[in-house]
Amino acid sequence: MSVVPAASGRTSRWALPQISARFVPVWRRNFLVWRKLFLERLLTNVIEPLLTIVAFGYGLGSLLPEVEGVSYLQFLASGAIAMSVIYSAKFESLWGAFSRMHVQKTWDAILHTPLAVDDLLLGEIFWAASKATFTALCILVMMWVLDIAREPTSLLVLPAAFFIALVFSAMALIVNAVARSYDLLSNYFTVVVMPLVFLSGVYFPLTQLPPWLREVAHWLPMTAAVDLVRPLALGRAPAHLARDVLLLACFGLFCYYVALVLTRRRLLK
Amino acid sequence: MNALPTPAAATADDVLVVDGLRKDYGGATVVDGLSFSIRRGTCYALLGPNGAGKTTTLRCCLGLTEPDGGGITLVGEPVPRHARRARIRVGVVPQMDNLDPDFTVTENLVVYGRYFGLADAEVLARVPGLLEFANLAHKKDARIGELSGGMKRRLTLARALVNDPDLIFMDEPTTGLDPQARHVIWERLKQLLARRKTILLTTHFMDEAERLATQLAVIDHGRKIAEGSPRDLIRAHIEPQVIEVYGDGALAWAERDGRQLADRLEVSGETAFCYAAEPARLLQSLERTAALRYLHRPANLEDVFLKLTGREMRDEA
Repeated sequence: MSVVPAASGRTSRWALPQISARFVPVWRRNFLVWRKLFLERLLTNVIEPLLTIVAFGYGLGSLLPEVEGVSYLQFLASGAIAMSVIYSAKFESLWGAFSRMHVQKTWDAILHTPLAVDDLLLGEIFWAASKATFTALCILVMMWVLDIAREPTSLLVLPAAFFIALVFSAMALIVNAVARSYDLLSNYFTVVVMPLVFLSGVYFPLTQLPPWLREVAHWLPMTAAVDLVRPLALGRAPAHLARDVLLLACFGLFCYYVALVLTRRRLLK
Repeated sequence: MNALPTPAAATADDVLVVDGLRKDYGGATVVDGLSFSIRRGTCYALLGPNGAGKTTTLRCCLGLTEPDGGGITLVGEPVPRHARRARIRVGVVPQMDNLDPDFTVTENLVVYGRYFGLADAEVLARVPGLLEFANLAHKKDARIGELSGGMKRRLTLARALVNDPDLIFMDEPTTGLDPQARHVIWERLKQLLARRKTILLTTHFMDEAERLATQLAVIDHGRKIAEGSPRDLIRAHIEPQVIEVYGDGALAWAERDGRQLADRLEVSGETAFCYAAEPARLLQSLERTAALRYLHRPANLEDVFLKLTGREMRDEA
């Protein structure tokens, strides 16, 4: 039996991702945990967006004129779906992923099996997207029940939400890969995610921004996300579907690759 | 340093072959030309102080750390190139438990089995046997938080067997366990060997290595400095009898009489270790000197280890 020499150097860290169905057990594992804690989680999924919509939508909205052809309540609620999808994906891929990776060492256990980091991260990303889509569903149901919007196109929000959540989960996993403690996660969320969401058209249309900021906001993936979801929830076609999808897809793939390289560097020393 | 025996040529019955493994971290060489092979159905132990390179070696063998040189063949697959394929037939018991705290004992096994591509029904069929082996049948629906340290370790061992592996890596498997728990683990490992499973063990417990290892290698500074069965190593490297002398006046006696009467003398802290093939004259001298306390025993692996690697404390490299 000949002994084949190992490859030397760090080449495998930069290897392109190997996509396969091997990520499915990781998704299933996270799903099983979620199922056990379902009722508790359901409450937060519903309460948080409900508060936003009630406080800002009803409360503030009653003082405001129409925005982009709809009441402020409808404007906000449809934007809030995108916001909740982004937040949900981020929470899961920041706090959830960090707990699994660093505190519980679940990822270490998984890497002792035939799975690679590629599969692990893909499982996390698809899981975060599943959770975020569920959140979107909860809000759509709420909007239906409260008669804020009852458009049949709002069903298309669900696949859009899944796609958007993939992107923002991958983005969050970059931060998770380099985090030493929960502090970085909180800082990233407060300093990066929230301001970008505020600039993306959830609370007010971009036309209200100064021109230079509007230019910046146009290129944000968050803005693309809102521009996909809001129209669908309100029974319209997205204004620039191909552009938004392409922007999100490219950004998402880039984030996945960076997260992969950084996570490999961290876990496969 | 004694000349190392020429390593036996790797055969088809070798579950793991490591050839000239090298790994550097930031300028320091942590594993330096390490070579060994493990025959099916045996237990091979890596014995070494902190920072010797044991865990790094394990990680290289699993394909989790990329070596800087040398070759590894694990269950017939080259690593790291086909590491994932190799890991299908490998089980790992890590140093720290990493069980899923949200799941029960059974769920932990089922979820882990999925990573190997095993269907739930197949794993569930194996669960009773695994729990029986781990003596956890009465805890099959218990949450991880309800388990004691020893139970968690046994579950981690059972989990490492869920895919019916050929080779099981164990990184310090009984660290932190009480004596009863350690004995249970040892007994289980012997059962695995009886079933023709193969084990690669890292440990710094000499009694563990002596009990379990068919072959062992003493590693220091990333190099193999001795290899053989526990008995062969003791015979080759150390005098057959040891008398540990401690208490008031021990060191004084050691300087005066011990040094002359023993084949070799070592002092560590307040204890003098006298190594001798014929301890009769030492014992006479000790009996004559009042207030000395001593322990007379056969030499063991710990003596070999301390002779080869020294008695100074090693901080983690």
